[in-house]
Amino acid sequence: MQSTSHAFKDNARQAVGDPRIRKAMGLMKPGFQDRRARALSRLPEFERLREEGKAIKDHVLANLDVYLERFESKVVEAGGQVHWCRNAAEAREAILGICRSIGARTVTKGKSMVAEEIAINDYLEEQGLTPIETDLGEYIIQLRNEPPSHIIAPAVHLSKEDVEQSFREIHTWMDPARVLAEPRALVNEAREVLRRKFQEADVGITGANFLIAETGSTVIVTNEGNGDLTQTLPKVHIVLASLEKVVPTLEDASTILRLLARSATGQEFSAYTTFSTGPRRPGDLDGPEQFHVVLVDNGRTAMLGTEFQEMLRCIRCGACMNHCPVYAAVGGHAYGWVYPGPMGSVLTPSLIGVQEAGHLPNASTFCGRCESVCPMKIPLPKMMRHWREREYESKLQPAAYRYGLGIWAWFARRPALYHLGTRLAAGLLGRLGRGRGRIASLPLAGGWTGGRDMPAPQGKTFQQLWAERARGREAA
Amino acid sequence: MTSARDQILAGIRRSLRRDAPAPSDAQACAERIERHPRNLIPARAQLPHPEQVELFVSMLGEVAATVQRLPGLEAVPDAVADYLASQNLPAELRMAPDPDLEGIPWERRPTLTITTGRAEDRDPTSLTGAAAGVAETGTLVMTSGAEHPTTLNLMPDTHIVVLRADRIVGTYEDAWDVLRARGPVPRTVNFITGPSRTGDIEQTIQLGAHGPRRLHVLLVEQAGA
Repeated sequence: MQSTSHAFKDNARQAVGDPRIRKAMGLMKPGFQDRRARALSRLPEFERLREEGKAIKDHVLANLDVYLERFESKVVEAGGQVHWCRNAAEAREAILGICRSIGARTVTKGKSMVAEEIAINDYLEEQGLTPIETDLGEYIIQLRNEPPSHIIAPAVHLSKEDVEQSFREIHTWMDPARVLAEPRALVNEAREVLRRKFQEADVGITGANFLIAETGSTVIVTNEGNGDLTQTLPKVHIVLASLEKVVPTLEDASTILRLLARSATGQEFSAYTTFSTGPRRPGDLDGPEQFHVVLVDNGRTAMLGTEFQEMLRCIRCGACMNHCPVYAAVGGHAYGWVYPGPMGSVLTPSLIGVQEAGHLPNASTFCGRCESVCPMKIPLPKMMRHWREREYESKLQPAAYRYGLGIWAWFARRPALYHLGTRLAAGLLGRLGRGRGRIASLPLAGGWTGGRDMPAPQGKTFQQLWAERARGREAA
Repeated sequence: MTSARDQILAGIRRSLRRDAPAPSDAQACAERIERHPRNLIPARAQLPHPEQVELFVSMLGEVAATVQRLPGLEAVPDAVADYLASQNLPAELRMAPDPDLEGIPWERRPTLTITTGRAEDRDPTSLTGAAAGVAETGTLVMTSGAEHPTTLNLMPDTHIVVLRADRIVGTYEDAWDVLRARGPVPRTVNFITGPSRTGDIEQTIQLGAHGPRRLHVLLVEQAGA
């Protein structure tokens, strides 16, 4: 998809003023944070499982070529094919080629972030095919021609009224007098419409949460069952997966599955976890006749062996964004590309470049909650700092920012002058905010005080207080 | 011209700053796959079998599935017919062509209309077995094959599962051992934990998004009784 990540600041400003986003984001805490906390409290081993999950992924990354070759040989043994694709264009071509080979017209899709990454829907449409999203949230945003705002809850920014409006606009063959006020009615309508699509489709495309080297299986995790219908009813099942999804064994997948649902939705386990191995077997009464795995690199091998390697452990649970105060303020669309929140701030510059997305790593308070809830223990704040350094080194920030930082650095290297300066500034600001304890506007810092008050300093600097305390201790 | 495959693999090796993996590393990976050792197993389901059954039943309840415990397979026809009546559902079943299910004395409830095969769109209710039940999270393990079409797990509004209590195991790893003992992994293995659901509209949970909205488990205590 076309990125607007470079416009993060404008996107964010707009989002912060949008009452619909305020309302939707207000549901994040009870919806995701509290449920996750409850699920964790019921599994005392969770912390140790995190360590094990991390170790599995680190082991895989150190032996990625070995496990991918093994995975491929098992897919072939089961009667499937693996298509290796270096980038988005090759992946799109591979998928189109498979669709063309059977004269496909309609393609149903399970939820896949890699599919968003390679913008497969737009491409298939350009080529005269009809792609249909089947995850309810994805279906809704496809109708609205919007990108997802969350990696596991793509329509989390919308209200039921928004959904009703879209259904009425698009499902024009249905009775206009029907009642669609409640989520139940909306779900029923989507079920009815999509059930027909599942049966018409020639090809089903799903993503994969895991690829299993031991068996050549691909794994999807859903709650709706849409991914299962997508891959069971059409003649051809295409699995679209990035290559870091491989794990050695069914046991290793099982360990990470114990972390995934709990971290994502706070469920003990998602409703459907499905392992698919090759096409249907002789004697089977259903299932696809062809099984293809489109294995996409699209920037992953370039991250391997760099300070961003650990990002390749990510299992796309969304816990980092569910707990991020910046995400909660601006929502997912402000980030401007496929992956929002802290994981997006790290991954997006890796995949589409620091020129385009270098500003995203600044969208962090460095509170550290993302890292503390990450089931794969990815040091997200550290990696955002790496990106900030790269952004600074590539001179991508505005001149005023760079000069300001230069002036600060000049003072910081001269401690006596620095202490004097901060003492004077603290005293001055303290007098400015006297009586109210806060300062509503400041010269040269309008951007900062425009949206909030600055707390007034209490009169002394940290260094002064520290020195006084040390003297007090000596005296005692 | 080298293929995309070779270039990707070469790129991985370059990033890892090595050529082909050291023989000892390749050996360790092969052994890991061969032996597929278990990682940490939570204590929750490491219990004597009767307690695993209790845990399975209580976890099923948490995910909005329903359970009825039966003394033997001969009690299944009454249980099915009564359940369908209680839900105001038609007395029709699409049943998996599974000899264990076909051997049930269905003639006890002649009003039940039973057909076998894969699911078709308008089938209201399916009836299948299950390869295992996992106590840890109340998860049913369904394997595809001539005796168990996958569509039966997904398409009807109501899915009734006949599960022998002796097929309940503690953990996912136990279930994998059961499946491995039967041969190569089937085309589709569904781990099913409760009815289909979605939270995509204002984060309110709705059952029956695309798959069944009712999942009813008949837990049969005595195998073959």
